[in-house]
Amino acid sequence: MSRIQNTFAALRESGRKALIPFLTAGDPTAEFTVPCMHAMVAAGADIIELGIPFSDPMADGPVIQRASERALAHKMSLRKTLALVEAFRRTDTVTPVVLMGYLNPIESLGYRNFVERAREVGVDGALTVDLPPEESGELLPLMLEAGLDPIFLLAPNSGPERVQEMSDLGRGYLYYVSLKGVTGASNLDLDDVERRIRAIKEISSLPVGVGFGVKNAEMAGTIARFADAVVVGSALVSQIEAFQDSPDQAQAQIVDILRAMREAMDASAARDA
Amino acid sequence: MTLIKDSGRVSGPYNLPDERGHFGPYGGIFVAETLMEPLTELRAAYERYRTDPDFIAELDHDLKHYVGRPSPVYHAARLSREIGGAQIYLKREDLNHTGAHKVNNTVGQALLARRMNKPRIIAETGAGQHGVATATVAARLGLKCIVYMGAVDVERQSLNVYRMKLLGAEVVPVESGSRTLKDALNEALRDWVTHVDDTFYIIGTVAGPHPYPAMVRDFQSVIGREAKQQMRELTGRLPDALVACVGGGSNAIGLFHPFIDDCDVAMYGVEAAGDGIETGRHSAPLSAGRPGVLHGNRTYLMEDEDGEIIETHSISAGLDYPGVGPEHAWLKDSGRATYVGITDAQAMEGFHTLTLTEGIIPALESSHAVAYAIQLAATMRPDQQILVNLSGRGDKDINTIATREGIRL
Repeated sequence: MSRIQNTFAALRESGRKALIPFLTAGDPTAEFTVPCMHAMVAAGADIIELGIPFSDPMADGPVIQRASERALAHKMSLRKTLALVEAFRRTDTVTPVVLMGYLNPIESLGYRNFVERAREVGVDGALTVDLPPEESGELLPLMLEAGLDPIFLLAPNSGPERVQEMSDLGRGYLYYVSLKGVTGASNLDLDDVERRIRAIKEISSLPVGVGFGVKNAEMAGTIARFADAVVVGSALVSQIEAFQDSPDQAQAQIVDILRAMREAMDASAARDA
Repeated sequence: MTLIKDSGRVSGPYNLPDERGHFGPYGGIFVAETLMEPLTELRAAYERYRTDPDFIAELDHDLKHYVGRPSPVYHAARLSREIGGAQIYLKREDLNHTGAHKVNNTVGQALLARRMNKPRIIAETGAGQHGVATATVAARLGLKCIVYMGAVDVERQSLNVYRMKLLGAEVVPVESGSRTLKDALNEALRDWVTHVDDTFYIIGTVAGPHPYPAMVRDFQSVIGREAKQQMRELTGRLPDALVACVGGGSNAIGLFHPFIDDCDVAMYGVEAAGDGIETGRHSAPLSAGRPGVLHGNRTYLMEDEDGEIIETHSISAGLDYPGVGPEHAWLKDSGRATYVGITDAQAMEGFHTLTLTEGIIPALESSHAVAYAIQLAATMRPDQQILVNLSGRGDKDINTIATREGIRL
């Protein structure tokens, strides 16, 4: 079983849902990332999505675009992102790490190099935003062979056939993009999300996470009632932006937000139990 | 039937892309999941209407009466005489309504938008030519129009920004990344993903996810179809060589595509070599880049060793783009077309030469093609012919040229 599968199995056992925070590698500095990942785990994170900075993040809203720009300003790269995971793994061999980013840095490194190095440093999965299943014929087998879980995005306009396709090809979990828009958008209709998640779960037995636009503990608690995981990105990254000159404070803010989300998610799980 | 060779293998008549938009290893659909459905919808609509007699009739009517087609082919006799080599002919896309080839495509896509009941049009623009061409057709059809333009380009192309506003478009300056054309494209894609239900994205070049490279090519191919017939009428045969500038590559593909199976016709795409390929300050991914994935397709890109897209440079804002249409990537690899670079300084020389010998003021983009054609003609015989796509007129560039030459207007 992969680390991601183990994590979801353990959560199911305890009747809880996964909290998945996102941060961009090297934002605002390379030194910030690994301690922040550990702090996230201590605050209740079950899986960490680590963003690979890219010069042209087409699917991201302004908050995560600027995170990429801050990281690229001091030459953060996919290679260095992998080195950060390696550093994280020295003291945490349990928490799954999923890389999230765009295809070009991976193409540039070379698919085979990428999966070999990712496996070596202890990456568990990868979510490549601009690589739909149609174009993944070359990378996917290499990932599977290396034991890396390919995580696919599902959108509000993905039909049942596509859900089936992602479910067949994906491993670890499916990531439901909760709205038509970019990361960090603000017009989330949770009733609609719930209907969609229930429909997806009828097709797929993979755990389903919800992300794009999860802002606070209340929303996380509501989503945890019907989804298997809550992904939170822009709400955390905006704290890094607000406190980029005082990393300790940025980390403290992130920890506070995650603790509150953890509490709300566990409370709603306990209520439903 | 003519055959072309690809990687040593002989194939039938050229019929790329394949069903999923691939030109060999290039092209394809590399987008986030939310855009898959609208792209499928667009593909279906385009497949349906491209052969629909009513659609074709309306398009032809608009191209004739609104754009002013066919654009003439003009024998630049004095220029040719001065060079003393091949005869240079110009396909006068600069005489189109709005002053460039861009409108051929926006007229087509806007008709498609209306048939798909999309009341809201978005576009990206670099120099502003595609933005103006989009705003123009949106005004005519009464569609809401939003144009994304890098903040740097908004600054250096203020005349076109004003033109778009006069045409009723909203121009949104893009402040992210390098604040140029590539960032405008990112922002337009973000807008589309947010408003997929009511919005049609009119991409201005032969890039982006499938079906855009094929669709934009098809709309621009009117250039090559007309030119083929016009050259036969004028000279009794096809030209020996075609020359066109390549940024994203829409005017070049428009000219080249109808000639692809005519193997005796050489094709030259001219990229912007900026300060010189060796300086690294240029916009010539086919000459000096490597394959990668950006803006929904795989193609040659200007990128650093980590796969981050790097800033490009050209005197011509319309060529200032780090990628290139995937079909050009394929034509390069297959050897069917040759891609060369022309520097800022050489383009300026071409600009002045054409202006002074023929009384035609070319756009800076097209000046790259003119400059290369002049070099090429000098190596050929007077009974040979070169057809240059004069993709746009130079009025928009007058300020840039005056500034570069230290003249205050």
